[in-house]
Amino acid sequence: MRWLLAGILAIDPVPWARAQMAFTLAAHIILVPLGVSWALIMLIANYRGVRHGDADALVLAQRWSKYLAVTFAVGAVTGTVLSFEFGLLWPRFMGQWGEAFGIPFLFEGLFFFAEAIFVSIYIFGWRRMKPWPHFFSGVPIVICGIGGSAAVIASNAWMNDPSGFTLDQAGQIIEVDPWGVIFNDAMPLMAAHMVVAAYVVGGFMIASVYAVGMARGRRDRYHRLGFLIPFTVAAIAVPIQIGVGDRLAGWVQENQPVKFAAIALVPETASDVPETLFGRLQDDGTVSGGIAIPGMTSYMTNPSTGTATVIQGLDTVPAGDRPTTSQVNIVHWSWDVMVGIGMLLLLLSLWYGATWLFRRDMPQSRLFLLVASASGVLAVIAMEAGWVVSEVGRQPWIVYNLQRVDDAATANTGVWITFIGIVVLYAALAATTIYVLRTMSIRFKREDHHNQPVPYGPSDGGQSDP
Amino acid sequence: MSTIAAIILFTTVIAYAVFGGADFGAGFWDLMAGGTERGDRPRRIIDHSIGPVWEANHVWLIFCFVVLWTCFPEAYASITLTLFVPLTLAAVGIVLRGSGFAFRHAVFRTRDRRVFGALFATSSVLVPYCLGAVAGAIASGRVPDGGRAGDPIGSWINPTSILGGVLAVGTGAFLAATFLVWDAGRLDEAPMVEYFRRRAAGAATAMGVLSLIGVFVLREDAKYLFAGLTTRGLPLVITAAVCGTAALVLLHRQSHSGARLTAVVAVASIVLGWGVAQWDYILPESLTLEAAIAPDGTVIAVLVAVGLATVFILPAFALLYRLDQRGFLPKEGAEDSPGEPRLDSPLPAITKPIGRSSEH
Repeated sequence: MRWLLAGILAIDPVPWARAQMAFTLAAHIILVPLGVSWALIMLIANYRGVRHGDADALVLAQRWSKYLAVTFAVGAVTGTVLSFEFGLLWPRFMGQWGEAFGIPFLFEGLFFFAEAIFVSIYIFGWRRMKPWPHFFSGVPIVICGIGGSAAVIASNAWMNDPSGFTLDQAGQIIEVDPWGVIFNDAMPLMAAHMVVAAYVVGGFMIASVYAVGMARGRRDRYHRLGFLIPFTVAAIAVPIQIGVGDRLAGWVQENQPVKFAAIALVPETASDVPETLFGRLQDDGTVSGGIAIPGMTSYMTNPSTGTATVIQGLDTVPAGDRPTTSQVNIVHWSWDVMVGIGMLLLLLSLWYGATWLFRRDMPQSRLFLLVASASGVLAVIAMEAGWVVSEVGRQPWIVYNLQRVDDAATANTGVWITFIGIVVLYAALAATTIYVLRTMSIRFKREDHHNQPVPYGPSDGGQSDP
Repeated sequence: MSTIAAIILFTTVIAYAVFGGADFGAGFWDLMAGGTERGDRPRRIIDHSIGPVWEANHVWLIFCFVVLWTCFPEAYASITLTLFVPLTLAAVGIVLRGSGFAFRHAVFRTRDRRVFGALFATSSVLVPYCLGAVAGAIASGRVPDGGRAGDPIGSWINPTSILGGVLAVGTGAFLAATFLVWDAGRLDEAPMVEYFRRRAAGAATAMGVLSLIGVFVLREDAKYLFAGLTTRGLPLVITAAVCGTAALVLLHRQSHSGARLTAVVAVASIVLGWGVAQWDYILPESLTLEAAIAPDGTVIAVLVAVGLATVFILPAFALLYRLDQRGFLPKEGAEDSPGEPRLDSPLPAITKPIGRSSEH
């Protein structure tokens, strides 16, 4: 019994803390796009409904708000867990950097607070508020969603580009410039990349549900509208996202060359670096497998110098200061997955856009609906992969070049227990969330949406008592 | 600067104790309401009362954390290292509570509702207990300085932590009951007014007794805090006692809004009393506010955030409460006839298994 206890107490908390943080963030990040973009999608439907008297659009907006109430609540609690975890898992990181790293969360808190308030007003206001005031109570949700995610990403960007503070000899922060912390160099592009990602992912997720319905033959106007609104939002966001992503890659190449070397699988500094699709970095520093496009990475990095562009390799920093071989492979594969799916979604969006341009209608082919049905899941995978690139590519640092993950973690050896507990809890939460959303959807289907009480009715706001 | 930051920090703690506490307390009464049949009416009042506001109420906790880790990062590190267990339990409880409540609103089968309702209600007790125990650990000087870990078990299983936990659950229940009396009155539910009035009075009495016991506990277990409470904190202790008693009297006289106000003041005084009593330590007898405070730039950022909150968030928060209390935000749900807020219709139990419909 004693050896068992001793064994448990000796379990290194660092990998478990890492795993738990990664797991809870990976779960939360799926809910974020819904909170950020669904509000806009819902308001577009709401606007159509009120402005053009479109009953289908109004019913969609109302139902979306009911779904949103559930996903927002789940997102709120999983987000709260993260704020606990900063301290529970990374107390030494928070103790040393809290006064700088923590600042953007002040503003995230404000945005989230306002968002929670207006989500409540909007969701509960359907029956008693007048149409336009009700519509406008939804607008702050959209703004706060953007602001809130930008603020969170500001903190994350700060970990990649720590700035806005002065250290003393002992490495303690003695001065803080909040502006410099929030608007660190990495923040604008990273925040833009996440916010646009929210519109891409949220839009495709919602559209894919209706695409499934249409592929199963439910081609009524209600389903069509439920598909068109979110899909259009996502299709517009995709090219923007690729542009922002390209610029962010350029920023990483200049400011975090080691991360870029991991992304592009560049073991040694060289010119004429190929673009390796997949493939593996071996422990001896060679790359095996994959499809190499000669000179492509060099060319893409700086077209003016073409294939002669020199790319800094992983070997420029000591092995202990850069991602391990397996981390490099994770980063590189995640990058390829993200870019690959991004390109596929771009093609899908172009297909949709071109058809709309020439035929004033969405593509009718079955193939389009099938791919669109998968677009939600694909977009989520791309987002998760992109986030892995950002986080794993930063290793072994928690604060780039200033503090290692190992030095930041908690000393509590019981993290493996909380990790297992959290995985079980979140698995149950995910299953229940899907079950509840399905139940709602089935209930909605049973209601004849032309006969159910119309929003704002029967006598527009105020007097709805019989 | 450390004083300003401490005032802001305690403002968020008080706000959470009042708004979050009342919210947890409503969950407590939900738990105590009994079986599906018997507990139906009180649960409906509870649902109706906290439905639109629960998410906003809990943002105060986030603010409290953020102010703590920006302004007093060393203290935050010590607290989270030492109190790993109760804080983890609280986090789990918050997940169960929030999702349980949201799910309960979204599903309509009695069985499902009962499961989610039970999750919501039990975690409504677990979370405030854990947070109260954390407060007790801090107040009794069991958290060391320097981002070090204290006793991982004894720090939160001790007389002051138990007192803190029970006090947190109890004050929440007291607040919630006085709020629910008022809500029931607003909904013209006379039997429910009486129902919650009895419970509010019971909770107030229990809290009074507990406070008297607490005096002896603190004298033995948290000497610095006790010394502070009996000197500079004394006016607040007296205020809490007077307001608690006044709330009892007002409840008896059916002055519901007066009872609500005095209850809020009583709870706020207790929390503020804790803060004043452990002055000028953030972690009593190991870390002073002055030693733990972040650089000026950070505190200025906090002040800017507070300014923005005052200009934008407070009016919005007030709007939410106003709309809610004027009945503009009726409970959503497909079962509601347009005649809400009548609460006398039975819960719609979908008895036949849910099948796929052919349309849509």
